[in-house]
Amino acid sequence: MTAIRVNGLGKAYRKYENRWSRVREWVFPWAPAAYSQNWVLRDVSFAVGRGEAVAIVGMNGAGKSTLLKLIAGTVVPTSGTVECAGSIAALLELGIGFHPDFTGRQNVIMAGQLLGMSTEEILERMAWIEAFAEIGPYIDQPVRTYSSGMQVRLAFSVATARRPDVLIIDEALSVGDAYFQHKSFARIRELREQSTTLLIVSHDGSSIRSLCDRVVLLDAGRLELEGSPAEVMDFYNAKLAQRQIQTVQRRRLDDGELQTVSGTGEATVENIELLDGQSRPVAHVGVGAEAVLRVDVRIHAPIPRLVLGYIIKDRIGQDIYGTNTHFKELPQEQLQVGERIRYDIRFRMNLGPGSYTVSTALVSTDTHLVNNYQWKDRALVFGVRNLDKISFIGSAWLDPQISVLRDSRPVDAA
Amino acid sequence: MLLPRRGTPALDRPRQDWRSRRGNAERTRERPLMLRILWNYRAFILGSIRREFQARHRNSILGSLWMVLNPLFQITVYTVIFSEVMRSRLDGAPGRYAFSIYLCAGVITWGLFADIVTRTTTVFVDNAAILKKLNFPRICLPVIVVGGSLLNFVIMLALFLVFLVVTGNFPGWAVLGLIPVVLVQCAFAAGLGIGLGVINVFFRDVTQFVSILLQFWFWLTPIVYARSILPETVQSSLRWNPMAAVMAVYQDAFLQDRWPQWQALWPTALMALLLCLLAMRLFRRRVGEMVDEL
Repeated sequence: MTAIRVNGLGKAYRKYENRWSRVREWVFPWAPAAYSQNWVLRDVSFAVGRGEAVAIVGMNGAGKSTLLKLIAGTVVPTSGTVECAGSIAALLELGIGFHPDFTGRQNVIMAGQLLGMSTEEILERMAWIEAFAEIGPYIDQPVRTYSSGMQVRLAFSVATARRPDVLIIDEALSVGDAYFQHKSFARIRELREQSTTLLIVSHDGSSIRSLCDRVVLLDAGRLELEGSPAEVMDFYNAKLAQRQIQTVQRRRLDDGELQTVSGTGEATVENIELLDGQSRPVAHVGVGAEAVLRVDVRIHAPIPRLVLGYIIKDRIGQDIYGTNTHFKELPQEQLQVGERIRYDIRFRMNLGPGSYTVSTALVSTDTHLVNNYQWKDRALVFGVRNLDKISFIGSAWLDPQISVLRDSRPVDAA
Repeated sequence: MLLPRRGTPALDRPRQDWRSRRGNAERTRERPLMLRILWNYRAFILGSIRREFQARHRNSILGSLWMVLNPLFQITVYTVIFSEVMRSRLDGAPGRYAFSIYLCAGVITWGLFADIVTRTTTVFVDNAAILKKLNFPRICLPVIVVGGSLLNFVIMLALFLVFLVVTGNFPGWAVLGLIPVVLVQCAFAAGLGIGLGVINVFFRDVTQFVSILLQFWFWLTPIVYARSILPETVQSSLRWNPMAAVMAVYQDAFLQDRWPQWQALWPTALMALLLCLLAMRLFRRRVGEMVDEL
């Protein structure tokens, strides 16, 4: 079931040539338009199912906030349509439109009324709102005396006091402290279990990964990519890293996930595989076993310096370990066309059981911001199994030596 | 249902009304009746009028006393300055307080008019914060302003009536005839103010213009002086001033217990209707664009 349907949505702001142009337009509506249209959002179409959580990411000025405002209905679209089923609660521009001179309590009542609650209903929920916001006696002070964190606390509490059908949050949660962030995420999860649809703008990759089912990437007002958090965030990070980017390709892997490959292409990874201690290619390695990551690189154009970097990521895309040949003091210099380089990266698989991916980067320094020859996300997927170690949990294998000292003598006898 | 419920079941039930928003051109087609909208948001409107009333004088020592003190001093000043000059010209109204009553009748009702016009002119600009963050029927905002102004007016009027009763000058039941006059005046002020308010979002010069306009208008209307002191030619040109007729009705009612002369009011009523229609047309056409300019 669809909760939000956005169809060919566009928003243009008018920029008039001078201050009289608008007067002319109002007085003589038939005169030729004396303004230019600045499209901040164009041809955006997507649908969000009921109970789904979708994050919108993109660089500053990509049109994320405008999109949320259009969906929340405060801004009228220039083209296209927005359809929304049910009640909407929105935290736009870090707030909910509090009046600075009214007290927190008065503002709660006002905001509640604007969200369509009756006064009795708000008063009924006031205790919950106060308890959730935890701003203490400030609730009866004018809102202008609040810190921005307190305003967000109160705004979030009001917006979620009654379960909205659609909850829209524009970066508001990044203002709160870590304690309130945890609390609000827990509340959002609770609402989602009751099938509230969530739409958030955030720059925090880890909260997107943990909270959202899907990510929509906007670039310069257009929808660039839509997909699972892992694949879109990989692509977005690759894009972010190289604003001078030449190619970013995506390829669907056998497991159905998308792989992002970007770079200028002077050097490429030809082959990547995981070998066990006896140099046999394997898909799984035992915990603590010896493993070799073999990377074959080919040079397509002369480059002065080559560094190979790699990152092992876990199932939800969190970095587990990464390094490069710059740190390891093995940069290769003066590479010629046609050269092949084989890296054998030997290490002990001190990871917990699970599925992992390897991303590789061919660059010239210790970062991929200077020259990015090739960046390959999910270049390799491998598994780790606990074959011969005693049981443990977690993503790292930190096998301890545990010594126990028992002393039965009474304390004062010591 | 196993999930813990926080609200009443009826409210947590997912509503199936698909709210649809389209581009400007298509938007106007599917609009519900304005009165229905206002009724649905009555809690917000009434609550806002109350909050504004409370907040207005929250941080002052004398509080809501200022609301009375301000016009009281205005009336005193005018009385002192104009009373001697004008007393003989207020024909047919004897008594110690005649001029004060004449003044109050004009100043209090003009106050309502000026208050509505000034505040509706800036209402959208002043409420930019909530306009940008919340989606609600924008027409609520000027309605709140008119409601707040009316509330202040009713309080002032009540005090004035008490004064009239105490001094033995209570005019009689002709005062009841003023209720429709007040409504016409409100419609006139609201139509003018909402129209100017929409324009003000796009051309902020309007705020300045309105304050000058109201100054001129005040002095071009017989409020602190009697109509009779004006030369014949000027007197006849007063019929082009829609507020002059309204003020005359108030003054006649309070001073001479005369019921409103309806035929003198219809040009103002017609103008009020016209202004309201124009304002609504302008409002509907520009309401979507408004947020872009705030």
